[in-house]
Amino acid sequence: MSHDDAPRLHDTPAAVSRRNFIKGVIAGGVAVSSSAYLFRSSALVSGQARSGAVERLLTLTVNGQTRRVDVAPQETLAMTLRYKLGLTGTKLGCDRAECGACTVLVDDVPRYACSVLTHSVRTRKVQTIEGLADPDGTLHPVQAGVVLEQGFQCAFCMSGFIMATVGYLKKHPSPTREELAHGVSGNLCRCQDYDKILTALHRGSELARGVSRG
Amino acid sequence: MADTKKLVGQNYTTPDLLAKVMGRAKYAEDFRADGMLFARLLLSPLPHARIRTIDTSAAEAIPGVRAILRASELPAPADTVTDLGETIRANPMAERALSDEPVYAGEPVLAVAAVDEETAAAAIEAIHIEWEALPFVVDPLVSLRPDGPSPRVEGNSWGRAPAEPGKPPGPLVVQPIKWTADDFAEFDQGKLPMGTPQIDWSYGDVEAGFTNAALVLDETFSMANNQHHVLEPRSALAYWRGDKLHVHTGTQSAVQTVASISRWMNIPAEQVVLITEYTGGGFGSRATGAVICMVPAMLAKKANAPVMLRITREEEQYIGGIRPGMHGRVKAGFAKDGRLTALDLYLIGENSAYEAQNDSASGGRFISLLYQPPAMRSRSITVLTNTPPRRAQSQPGGLQAIMIVEPVIAKAARQLGIDQVEMRRLNAPEGKALWGPAARDGKRGYVTSAFLKEALDKGAELFDWKTRVARSGKKNGSTVRGAGVAVSTFVAGSTGFDGLFVIKPDGKMYVKSGVGNLGTESVFDVHRVAAEMLGLRWDQVEVAWGDTSQPLPWTCVSGGSQTTHAMTRAAHAAASDAIAKAQEIAAQTLGGSPASYRVADGRVSAGGRSMSLADVATKAIELGGKYDGHTLPENLNKVTTAAATTLAGQGLMGVARDTYPRDGTSVSFVAGFAEVEVDVETGAYKVLDYTAVGDSGTIIHPRAYGGQLLGRSVLGMSHALALKTVYDQHYGLPLATRLHHSRPPTIMDIPRNMQWAAVDLPDPETPVGARGIGEPPVAAGACAILNALAAALGDDVFKRAPVTLDSLLMALEHGRPMQEPLTAHI
Repeated sequence: MSHDDAPRLHDTPAAVSRRNFIKGVIAGGVAVSSSAYLFRSSALVSGQARSGAVERLLTLTVNGQTRRVDVAPQETLAMTLRYKLGLTGTKLGCDRAECGACTVLVDDVPRYACSVLTHSVRTRKVQTIEGLADPDGTLHPVQAGVVLEQGFQCAFCMSGFIMATVGYLKKHPSPTREELAHGVSGNLCRCQDYDKILTALHRGSELARGVSRG
Repeated sequence: MADTKKLVGQNYTTPDLLAKVMGRAKYAEDFRADGMLFARLLLSPLPHARIRTIDTSAAEAIPGVRAILRASELPAPADTVTDLGETIRANPMAERALSDEPVYAGEPVLAVAAVDEETAAAAIEAIHIEWEALPFVVDPLVSLRPDGPSPRVEGNSWGRAPAEPGKPPGPLVVQPIKWTADDFAEFDQGKLPMGTPQIDWSYGDVEAGFTNAALVLDETFSMANNQHHVLEPRSALAYWRGDKLHVHTGTQSAVQTVASISRWMNIPAEQVVLITEYTGGGFGSRATGAVICMVPAMLAKKANAPVMLRITREEEQYIGGIRPGMHGRVKAGFAKDGRLTALDLYLIGENSAYEAQNDSASGGRFISLLYQPPAMRSRSITVLTNTPPRRAQSQPGGLQAIMIVEPVIAKAARQLGIDQVEMRRLNAPEGKALWGPAARDGKRGYVTSAFLKEALDKGAELFDWKTRVARSGKKNGSTVRGAGVAVSTFVAGSTGFDGLFVIKPDGKMYVKSGVGNLGTESVFDVHRVAAEMLGLRWDQVEVAWGDTSQPLPWTCVSGGSQTTHAMTRAAHAAASDAIAKAQEIAAQTLGGSPASYRVADGRVSAGGRSMSLADVATKAIELGGKYDGHTLPENLNKVTTAAATTLAGQGLMGVARDTYPRDGTSVSFVAGFAEVEVDVETGAYKVLDYTAVGDSGTIIHPRAYGGQLLGRSVLGMSHALALKTVYDQHYGLPLATRLHHSRPPTIMDIPRNMQWAAVDLPDPETPVGARGIGEPPVAAGACAILNALAAALGDDVFKRAPVTLDSLLMALEHGRPMQEPLTAHI
């Protein structure tokens, strides 16, 4: 993923420091099993690993809508989207910023939602795969490119690739095939359908510019 | 759009694609159920151990913990009864979902269900286990040493006790196999020890072949174990409704995974409902689901609530599956003109301490087909170690054997001064080519067709082979280029499955697809055959798939490239059945003989007489009997009979079993061409270009075909470039536990503009002419890279794959391969 132009997420609440986030991860992990997912939806459990008083009820802007949501201090954006907001189009392939399947846009910049704390995006604009098409169902040009070229196989990586492309095109609207490959190089496809994927995404970039091809 | 009636061979938009691009496609972890609990696993910290004492009391006391599941609570796996009524006994030493005697580090030991994952994870942490560490081994050759350790108390290999005369062979048991010190005499020279094998077959006079050869090579080569790394971990949601178990999980077969779950859970198949509309990659590792889905199923029963088990990436690395790594030794004799005179192959495959993924046993067969040696011997052994379960991975056995032999063919061509494409053409199979050893009747088997020469010719032209060869091996500054070609083959089609659809009075065709949806699109593609035969437009076809509470016909597993072949045949059979019924109905309604009617454009017509398929459907319901499925063919699988019975009375039913004859085994071929550029000062190399040409009969869906051909080629490239497991031999622990440790390729690792093409000559032994293409691209991709590297750098620079930057650099500096040739998992 192209992170060179990513803004610093400087408004992380003090109480959700990196150290506390890591402590939370460790608390949820086991020596070998290394619990990779934290999940703190339940008020039932006493908060032994919880880190002080943080406002839990947040207002998030997701896909143009304002959503009130109860978020634990160390909850990742991927978990909030998938388990609090029902936006399961954002996939978790590794939960550790390796595969890119969870890529969403935060203020128009592609981010791995598994590695962004929800608290850090309070004042930001989040866009997921579900928010790409127009309300009337008209597909975003990148989605349309994928449909036209039958891009992707199993498609578990597809949301991430599409969001990375949409974000990349905002800064680089006329990429070459090579440039676009760089733009989505933070996303892994295990069907290894990269060639067809790149064709589809590049077609999407053409559609976005209104380039027509017979 | 072009000719809308012609569907086979045309691109189209699959019915699942819109849901995928909108983010609406639901994979297992995307489902929710009221009161859903979350499960976590406790994994073994040791490569082989027994639980001495366990204390779960602190975990049970944590608020929110609902159930703890131990291995002892799992039902004993049921025996399997085949369609022929044969009982296959469950293997008591087979892999299960949990184990009190884990045989690899990372194996699931027990599981906890709680109100949320954090609580479940806290409970796992609060469980105290005192382990009794047991002997272990993570290298097959170490285990084969005279005094080598075994991964199980019982031994290091699967075998059977000798059968008494007249009695059937005994059950599979684990036995020790140790070779002699003499067998290891040449080990230190990097030559593969060749002790007593498990399998030993031959045909022709191998020794005479070597005696008469102009060139004899004897080479040892190793290829690494490789994880499947499916992007969607094998998570599962399970719940019970009455006595019915509902499971949401990814799989390579909707229909046949029901049988697996039924066997694992020891409940009747009728009690299993599987929801699997989308699967995030399989590559063989999810052939009929994954045994781990028993954990949420059992926890759901115990806690009386739905349970979601989300598998982490690290857990997926352990339980997801590994392609067996292999050591091989090839002795090959060649005539002056490049023709093989004899080939002697020895393969040592690695396996977990569970069921054998016996790739070493099948490898030799593919070699005998691909290069047609007039005399061949093949020996193999599969050795168990304390490493994670081996599972079939794209081109199982074929890939490893071809990776071990292809570099030898390339080396021989170089030594004999023969062009690499010509070398493979010379030895290529043709027509109904023979393969494997002789069967009991003394005759060797053969394939349905082979157009590998045509694939090589087409590829050489597309790739501009001659130009690239001319610049191959020439240094330019610190870089040198190399061009490589490789050939590959694998089985590509089974037979005997069922097709099922109903044409309703609305004139539309409602197809029931039992194919797993793992992205190859065959779940839809194969049914276009039936639609085309009935002259229907694709928008007049509705495909139901992925939910076994719906009626689905008996269908092959989408593994081993079976589906396109098997299910186009089944679709053809069902369509032929519907056409015959439509002709009879038209004749009864409009007069004339059934044979005089033709089905086209959604109508049944003869001369001036004509009726629509919609009217035929209405008439079929009036007539009942076979026409609307109230009477069914007797040769259907019972799964199809049950499905068709629930669909009876809804319209004109097309239902039939594929009984078309087939003379030979269906196999596909691929020729792969690669050009690499190596920086000899850094060891870094780049794949500049790649072309693959497939010979797999008629093409059903070109875009999906191209995706498979190039996608699986890239998987193959990753075997040459980077993909491997790494183990600490001393502690028996994995060091590559995440994606970036074993390094699947990204889009930056592959050429920017790859090409694919197909010979596109129909298979003569199947009505639609189509075979599968999922497997053979893999070895073509892997070996084209290896051969291109050797073309750039010379032979004997590397003796194992993947060929990494550091190993190349070391070898270039020292003038010989520097990696330990015969150590596993490095």
